[in-house]
Amino acid sequence: MDFDPFILARIQFATNISFHILFPAISIGLAWVLLFFRLRFTQTGDQAWEDAYLFWVKIFALTFAMGVVSGITMSFQFGTNWPGFMEKAGNVAGPLLGYEVLSAFFLEASFLGIMLFGKDRVSNRMHLISSFLVAFGTTLSAFWILSLNSWMQTPAGYHLEDGVVMVDSWMEVIFNPSFPYRFFHMLIACLLTSAFVIAGVSAWRALRNVDGPATWKVMKTGVMMAAVLAPIQILVGDFHGLNTLEHQPAKIAAMEAVWETEKGAPFTIFALPDDNTRSNRYAIEVPYAASFILTHDPMGEVKGLNEFEGEHPPVAIVFWSFRVMLAVGGLMLLVSWWAAWQLRNNKTPTKPLLYALSAMTFSGWVAVLAGWYVTEIGRQPWIVSGVLKVQDVVADHSSATVGGTLIGYILLYGFLLASYIGALLNLSRKPAASLSLTAVSAPQTTNKEA
Amino acid sequence: MEYWLPIIYMGIMGLALLIYVILDGYDLGVGLLVPLADEAEKDMMIASIGPFWDANETWIVLGIGVLLIAFPVAHGIILTSLYLPVTLMLMGLILRGVAFDLRVKAGDHRRGLWNKAFFGGSLIASVAQGWMLGAYITGLQSSTTSLLFSALIAMTLPALYLILGCGWLLMKTDGDLRNKAIGWARMAIWPMGLGLFMVSIATPMVSSSIAEKWFTLPNALYLMPIPMVCVFCYGVIVVALNKTSVLKQGYSWLIFACTVAICLMASLGLAYSIFPDIVIGGLTIWESAASVKSLQFTLVGVVITLPVILFYTFFVYRIFHGKATALSYE
Repeated sequence: MDFDPFILARIQFATNISFHILFPAISIGLAWVLLFFRLRFTQTGDQAWEDAYLFWVKIFALTFAMGVVSGITMSFQFGTNWPGFMEKAGNVAGPLLGYEVLSAFFLEASFLGIMLFGKDRVSNRMHLISSFLVAFGTTLSAFWILSLNSWMQTPAGYHLEDGVVMVDSWMEVIFNPSFPYRFFHMLIACLLTSAFVIAGVSAWRALRNVDGPATWKVMKTGVMMAAVLAPIQILVGDFHGLNTLEHQPAKIAAMEAVWETEKGAPFTIFALPDDNTRSNRYAIEVPYAASFILTHDPMGEVKGLNEFEGEHPPVAIVFWSFRVMLAVGGLMLLVSWWAAWQLRNNKTPTKPLLYALSAMTFSGWVAVLAGWYVTEIGRQPWIVSGVLKVQDVVADHSSATVGGTLIGYILLYGFLLASYIGALLNLSRKPAASLSLTAVSAPQTTNKEA
Repeated sequence: MEYWLPIIYMGIMGLALLIYVILDGYDLGVGLLVPLADEAEKDMMIASIGPFWDANETWIVLGIGVLLIAFPVAHGIILTSLYLPVTLMLMGLILRGVAFDLRVKAGDHRRGLWNKAFFGGSLIASVAQGWMLGAYITGLQSSTTSLLFSALIAMTLPALYLILGCGWLLMKTDGDLRNKAIGWARMAIWPMGLGLFMVSIATPMVSSSIAEKWFTLPNALYLMPIPMVCVFCYGVIVVALNKTSVLKQGYSWLIFACTVAICLMASLGLAYSIFPDIVIGGLTIWESAASVKSLQFTLVGVVITLPVILFYTFFVYRIFHGKATALSYE
């Protein structure tokens, strides 16, 4: 078998970044939730909030560590796999990544030490400040990364000199046309992901009667977050879609599998888009709906893929990823409202709800990954829309090199993901109080090697 | 500006990488020592690096980040040539970073596995870093000499990290563990010394341009302090390790400080050797620099944030100063 090293390099990058995003998607939201727990305890003195913090901070520490180490990979991969990107677009990518490291990465990493292990060494106030700085750092980090990613989608504020990007205006680069939409869409996605993780794990604990009041408080926090944010996310997603239609019509055409430009385009619920015949098979359509969703006018014009022939993304995967994201988003809305309805006035939730919430624990991961596949694969064949093609920046490695390391990464990530979920289950089985004694060693096991 | 900016950035990159070698060096070193300790000592050793390792690792991201920001072309060339060792290093860092948490969170029956992963990851990362350094100094060639030289540094750098790790444990622990650390350091000091000596001899032999810079008068005289400080500090470490009474009288920091001084001298020597190249024998810092406008824009951020980062790094170390205690989230 002879694989194209270019395709392998893309799969490798996709593997790395997909694995990485799982963890920030949880820790960005969880950092703010932890700060909320600490503030509630400081205000009310209710031990349940402190128990909630002490349980979740352990999961946070693990999640954060997974995010940090998988993130280091990213900063190297631009050079190892996509040197042409740094060569041509380094004048934009470098400073934005640099500001991320300088303003955010150090901040979160340094104050994390105080937040996790310094609680008995600093005042409550200093601990609250540290927790805030960690949460702020994770969010600021997302700001810079999403700014760069958005610039790659909708580049602005630059001109080209011999094919090299030169910056004219940093404000236009940072706040490029798609940035505000993508930033808020992703930030809410992170909050929703963490909301479902804390609600799901708490529901699982409730089913097993692991914990007392802390579990209920946490579950309610997660459910209320989700119930408020899910509809907002749909609205923000809609704005994001309108923005994409304006700046990246080819991506929208692929998301909706619209081949011919038409007015009053239908929304395709199900279809098998075929790149060879350039048409959809077995399509089930809702008339006028795509035009209505995208232009807010049933007779609005949606540009078809045929206008971008040779320069549009693969259709089927973008089309389906988009539908997966929508479906999971819809499910999140339903489950969170159902749960919010049951939990109103502190009523006890029913078993079916607890099962549903546990089943939805990692629903945010599915939606986040599907969403990123839409936006990233939807940008193809460009690495910087209309400026630089992915094909032109790839490093010249053999397929054996890229394929071999890819297998290594997949094995490592598979193992780590299983271990992460295993550790989550292991921690969730135990009451918060038994975990809070010491982080490093349970006394009875100190002298035996497992 | 066009002349000075790349030099400033080279300085910042060198500083970030030096801080990385020292800071992550000690925690990688502790990782290498973990299999030698019993379970309670393992906990204490890991507790001693717990609040710091994450921020320590951030320095390599800054170092590589500056390479990317200031010298994008060189970033591509260097990392593309170092593809395999970089990949191995990343996998090693990933493994040890998560092992740190999972050894206490994955359940007691998995603890042995994650202890091994913590050691294994530290070993892979330090060997790979040594290999990268060796390959870099020899101009990213794939000749036999270059490979041998890379292999040599791949074995030396972990020894340096071991000494840093022992020096750290001397400051942060006491009792049996501390005595053990002295014993470990006594063993690791010889391969480290041999390694440093071999590297110092091999570097000018491998690269004639480097030899010329060091062995012409009067440069050779001005440069004398570098090897002299190294030899002196090395001597202090050897003497101190054999006169434990010194270490017990409040001079715990001596081993660590002397090793840091050696690292500082080695990096000054290295910087002098390669300047003004960024890809040795291939590309100067000016040829590979990013546009002046981009460099200026980032410099504003560097000037504002770097002192702040150094300040709060210092602040965190002060909060956790003194002997390490068991890690607790409470």
